[in-house]
Amino acid sequence: MLKTFKIGGVHPPENKLSAGEKIQVLPVPEQVVILLNQHIGAPATPIVKKGDTVKTGQLIATAGGFVSANIHSSVSGTVVAVDSVPDAAGLSKPAITIKTEGDEWMPEINREGEAAWDTLSKEDIVKAIAAAGIVGMGGATFPTQVKLTPPPGNKAEFLIVNGVECEPYLTSDHRVMLEKGEQIIVGVQMLMKAIGVSKAVIGIENNKKDAIAHLQQLASTQTGIEVCPLQVKYPQGGEKQLIQATTGRAVPSGALPIAVGAIVQNIGTVLAVYEAVAKHKPLIERIVTITGKSVKHPGNYLCRIGTPVSKLIEAAGGMPEDTVKVIGGGPMMGRAMVNVDSPITKGTSGILLINEKEGARRPMRSCIRCGKCVSACPMGLEPYLLARLAMANLLERLEEERVMDCIECGSCSFTCPSARPLLDYIRLGKGRTGAMIRNRKK
Amino acid sequence: MSTLVITIISLCAIGIVSAVILYFVAQKFKVEEDPRIDIVEGLLPGANCGGCGYPGCRGLAEAAVKSDTLDGILCPVGGAATMSKIAEALGREVSVQAPKIAVVRCNGTCDNRPRTNRYDGAQSCAIMHTLYIGETGCAFGCLGCGDCVNACQFDAIHMDENGLPVVDEEKCVACGACVKACPRGIIELRNKGPKNRRVFVSCVSKDKGAVARKACKAACIGCGKCAKECQFGAITVENNLAYIDFNKCRLCRKCVSACPTGAIHEVNFPPRKVEPEKAPSTPVEEEKKNEQL
Repeated sequence: MLKTFKIGGVHPPENKLSAGEKIQVLPVPEQVVILLNQHIGAPATPIVKKGDTVKTGQLIATAGGFVSANIHSSVSGTVVAVDSVPDAAGLSKPAITIKTEGDEWMPEINREGEAAWDTLSKEDIVKAIAAAGIVGMGGATFPTQVKLTPPPGNKAEFLIVNGVECEPYLTSDHRVMLEKGEQIIVGVQMLMKAIGVSKAVIGIENNKKDAIAHLQQLASTQTGIEVCPLQVKYPQGGEKQLIQATTGRAVPSGALPIAVGAIVQNIGTVLAVYEAVAKHKPLIERIVTITGKSVKHPGNYLCRIGTPVSKLIEAAGGMPEDTVKVIGGGPMMGRAMVNVDSPITKGTSGILLINEKEGARRPMRSCIRCGKCVSACPMGLEPYLLARLAMANLLERLEEERVMDCIECGSCSFTCPSARPLLDYIRLGKGRTGAMIRNRKK
Repeated sequence: MSTLVITIISLCAIGIVSAVILYFVAQKFKVEEDPRIDIVEGLLPGANCGGCGYPGCRGLAEAAVKSDTLDGILCPVGGAATMSKIAEALGREVSVQAPKIAVVRCNGTCDNRPRTNRYDGAQSCAIMHTLYIGETGCAFGCLGCGDCVNACQFDAIHMDENGLPVVDEEKCVACGACVKACPRGIIELRNKGPKNRRVFVSCVSKDKGAVARKACKAACIGCGKCAKECQFGAITVENNLAYIDFNKCRLCRKCVSACPTGAIHEVNFPPRKVEPEKAPSTPVEEEKKNEQL
């Protein structure tokens, strides 16, 4: 019996259509739009102005605070605007627009070879990661260097690498593990050194047997790295779920993973760390899955950050006629986009085109108190109750019912036989409760 | 027989002793409450809507009794009439506050503001607002899910066939519940005005003129023509958006005629006298103007 987390969870259809597609390089677009807030925390501060020429990999905006990340140019060319552009949600967000001219990289980026990193100290590695503007690439986009420097009094015991990719449809992490396994192993060693641990666990769901075998073979020659096959269950990629699945430890309510001695990093992040430390390459491109039942050529593309989503859709054979929804991310946690010209960001793990048949919603009916959402919730919450409390705006009750523990995985909405948008209401209540708690602290 | 007598006597004795104890306890722990609070509460409508900002009608009554001047205390439901009754009961003077009404400041009808996408998520403006721009290109306008309608306890606001909420003037008591419910801050409490006549800018878009106009034909583009036209200094233009101060506005309606997009509305005025018509500017000219902005 394979390991998994203990409570809740659902099993949506996997639909990994692009799992067999090799990573292809998407051509550099004529123009990129680089958003200044691609991470959680303060937006970056631009350090270039209109008319400046920049090279690929050049720093164009610096971290705007402790929880923030540097941003680099993903192409070489001329800055044509530093202003606001509509993002995927259609809302104006500050961004830098660069017109591409050639593809001249910064000289210090070692594209071919690999620099020696054995001599680097713990601090050097964290510094290199911060300089490269790396954020959590599973979608949460939390600045990685912050995660690697745990608050004083906490000691990390092991590194957990998240190769779960429990979201249906998405395959970018799967392909990275298959095609860049050697680099992943080196990246894991770098991260182990950066946080000062001697043990790392790579958690992979059992629907990626080839990746498990590949990494197991690579890890067998290294000490301290263990590949842990996991039972297929959503949301195993959630930090707390993954820690429980791989180590059996439960992170207490309201605490960070470091409370049980774990630091979790995504596979994409590990690759970015490898490239930053061994090749001095900042985070300027990422692997994005483009998929959907009606898509002609679902695939995995290496895209420059700032490439319009529409270019990626073109590469996959164009937008199918029966598309009713474009989703940034996976079907469970991703968000529908209104603007397909919006740029790919550091957190875009996939673009999913939903066709008419799949996109049809069942009409919402009354709650029949079946309790399916309660058994599906991986955090042990009562989603039907939270949703009702959120509708009534009873924030104190919501806090008592631990709404802040909700990881917004959507298992409750997925499982509801009455098709109630439980998560939408819970998220609203969570946002308001969070604001209330912050105001109280002031 | 004797059992019956004993029972009656002993019960009476217990009753008398308890009554005496209760009397002294009540004297000892008496809660002094101003009897006027009950009187004032009786004068209030009793809807407990919270529109006054106090927790229900009793909350307002307590505050009114405590306050020396009644300043800043207003029952929006009962209005000036109720407040003067309260003032009379308390022997105080009340400054007459103009009656107010909820005003929906959005022009984004289906005709004016084309839908660019379709939303099929949870039918709540608050949720839609946290997710994205909305079904149109305007990030400021009405989302149309009717959170205000659900918030109204007086059945005074309804969605019309154009997809915008409409306030029923007869029923609206200006409690402000809809103002709080609207995540985009479109609804405002404004003076009801003499003979219910009002002039207001029916738009809250802070987008630049060209962007606002592209999203909605009847958006305020912040051109400032109304402010120039106004002789009373009632109109201010800030962040590409005009705002009419209802305390200064004298209802001359010149701004309404001056507005190139028709974003300023006049309500309950008699039909205008027919003026010699100026040639309406063509769309091409308007575009040019927008670009200049």
